[in-house]
Amino acid sequence: MHKSLQLLDVARPATRRYSPREDPALVRWTLTLTAVFVVGLLIVVPVIYVFWQALSVGLRSYADNLWGNSDTRHAILLTLTVAPIAVLANLVFGVAAAWTISRFRFRGRTLLTALVDLPFAVSPVVAGLMLVLIFGMNGYLGPWLREHDIKIIFALPGLILATMFVTLPFVARELTPVMEAIGAEEEIAAVSLGAGGWQIFWRVTLPNIKWGLLYGVVLCNARAMGEYGAVYVVSGHYAGRDDTMPLRVEKLFQQYDMPAAYAVASVLTSLALVTLAAKTLLERKTRMELAEAAAVRNVGGSR
Amino acid sequence: MSISVKNITKRFGGFKALDDVSIEAESGSLLALLGPSGSGKTTLLRIIAGLETADEGTVYYRDEDVTGCPPRQRNVGFVFQHYALFRHMSVFENVAFGLRVRGRKQSEIEKRVRELLHLVRLEALEGRYPSQLSGGQRQRVALARALAIEPKVLLLDEPFGALDAKVRQELRQWLRRLHDEIHMTSIFVTHDQEEAFEVADRVVVMNESHVEQAGTPQEVFERPANAFVMDFLGNVNVFNGRVQKGRAHLGGLEIECPEYPHDEAQTARLYVRPHELDIDYAPSGDSSLLAVVERVNAAGSVAKVFVVSQEFGIGMHVELSADRFAELNLGIGDSVYVSPRRVRVFMPEYVI
Repeated sequence: MHKSLQLLDVARPATRRYSPREDPALVRWTLTLTAVFVVGLLIVVPVIYVFWQALSVGLRSYADNLWGNSDTRHAILLTLTVAPIAVLANLVFGVAAAWTISRFRFRGRTLLTALVDLPFAVSPVVAGLMLVLIFGMNGYLGPWLREHDIKIIFALPGLILATMFVTLPFVARELTPVMEAIGAEEEIAAVSLGAGGWQIFWRVTLPNIKWGLLYGVVLCNARAMGEYGAVYVVSGHYAGRDDTMPLRVEKLFQQYDMPAAYAVASVLTSLALVTLAAKTLLERKTRMELAEAAAVRNVGGSR
Repeated sequence: MSISVKNITKRFGGFKALDDVSIEAESGSLLALLGPSGSGKTTLLRIIAGLETADEGTVYYRDEDVTGCPPRQRNVGFVFQHYALFRHMSVFENVAFGLRVRGRKQSEIEKRVRELLHLVRLEALEGRYPSQLSGGQRQRVALARALAIEPKVLLLDEPFGALDAKVRQELRQWLRRLHDEIHMTSIFVTHDQEEAFEVADRVVVMNESHVEQAGTPQEVFERPANAFVMDFLGNVNVFNGRVQKGRAHLGGLEIECPEYPHDEAQTARLYVRPHELDIDYAPSGDSSLLAVVERVNAAGSVAKVFVVSQEFGIGMHVELSADRFAELNLGIGDSVYVSPRRVRVFMPEYVI
């Protein structure tokens, strides 16, 4: 949503009425310094501190903290398993949901849009509890699951489900406004040229939304790898079996193994920084995608 | 291949976009669907293409009922109002799209696309992307793309709507020449009567979800079926008058109209085209009205004069040829006699 607003800002005619530069120097400096101070105190310093602490034991110990401990190694690999599966599932769901919401008008459309956002509003801990209530041994589906010897809670499927739940809105939310802005015209043109549903999706829709889609995936992935609350509830907390990276950080921290905790934390932080860089780049690409959509539609006369 | 549409009705929610519409396009002809926006002409075109489904009625291609067929089986070329070019594909790939999804061989695709780019004179631009083209060029790519699949029918939705006046004029003539060359049954939608008259063999005038009149451009212009068609096709002076026993009365004028022979006097509307009014300094019998020249605009191929008859309180737009205008040497405030060569009378909701 906010990105389309930015687009409108660009399109606004350049009537200069007021410039912040005309404000008194005191106001400008106070606001600027406050912003710099808060960002520095809450974000820059802690991020640097994490790396500082992680690396203070030396590179060799740092590597050993990450890879030498089998439980930590397992946590990293587990996160690298859970996150891609959750991201892939949400990728499919997100495209389907965005397509449905942007291309069709049906009863319950507003409700669907609201429900897609629900995981943002629900506390992750509550999300985890809901899964336990349904899939737990004493939960609604518990007897059936026990009968068929399927283990979901305190096992890998539970971790994946919890991660999927909390990351559900990311792709759909990013993609819906993009698809709405691009419109269905090209898809209808493809229909008129005899293309089938999948041909239209792969050849026309996907290339048009690729940057917006990737943007959603990057955000989704960052959240999936960093998720703590919902995963905490459904994890069995057996080290080396169902601890993900965030859970492992917490466990190491509780065991006063600070260098190891910081080492794992530094990996998560690096991931955040990479995400940030990718997000900035993709945001620009997505905006171009939308601007192009507007330009192609605005064919008024010759250029 | 001829196309006929029988008794099509289409609703969008509570709104009837098409109400029992029937039209026919002869094989190899160029038909214009002409009407104001919201008259249902685009919806009708989309139903013919299979991009929209009708609630009632049938679409025939020659004698074959294609009402339930998807667009792929109908094999129509459709040119969209805003072209809807694939923005991430080059001009070449845009034109090739219809062939690629049909799984044609690469060599065949290349040959066909080059042929079409030659036809629309865009060979040099095959590597460009839609955003790098002018409006007129995009239009021609859209046309080439629609023609690539060797359609049996070509459908165009406001093909020149988004172009500026000069390009539009050129493309119009070009489309007509192209149609004469490839001779494919074509239907195009427009709200511009001049465009419809210049390009089309036949015109279907639509208004408020139904067909008002169908015929050759000359037929609908010379013999409009009703007040709407009269009003929609070009400028017209409208007067309120009275009709009785086959005669209409406007100010001091009496006009024959045998189609309304009823005895009691009824109000009617009288329509006179500006070019069907004559101006002279001397009265010509009893069929002229005394009026005063109020405005004169002599720029362009015809001179436009606005005169007012003070006696009856009516103003009239008159169009004179440049020669006639020079001959009269009209000045503002001159008293002149205006005589209509032709008046059409329509009664509101007249039921025969």
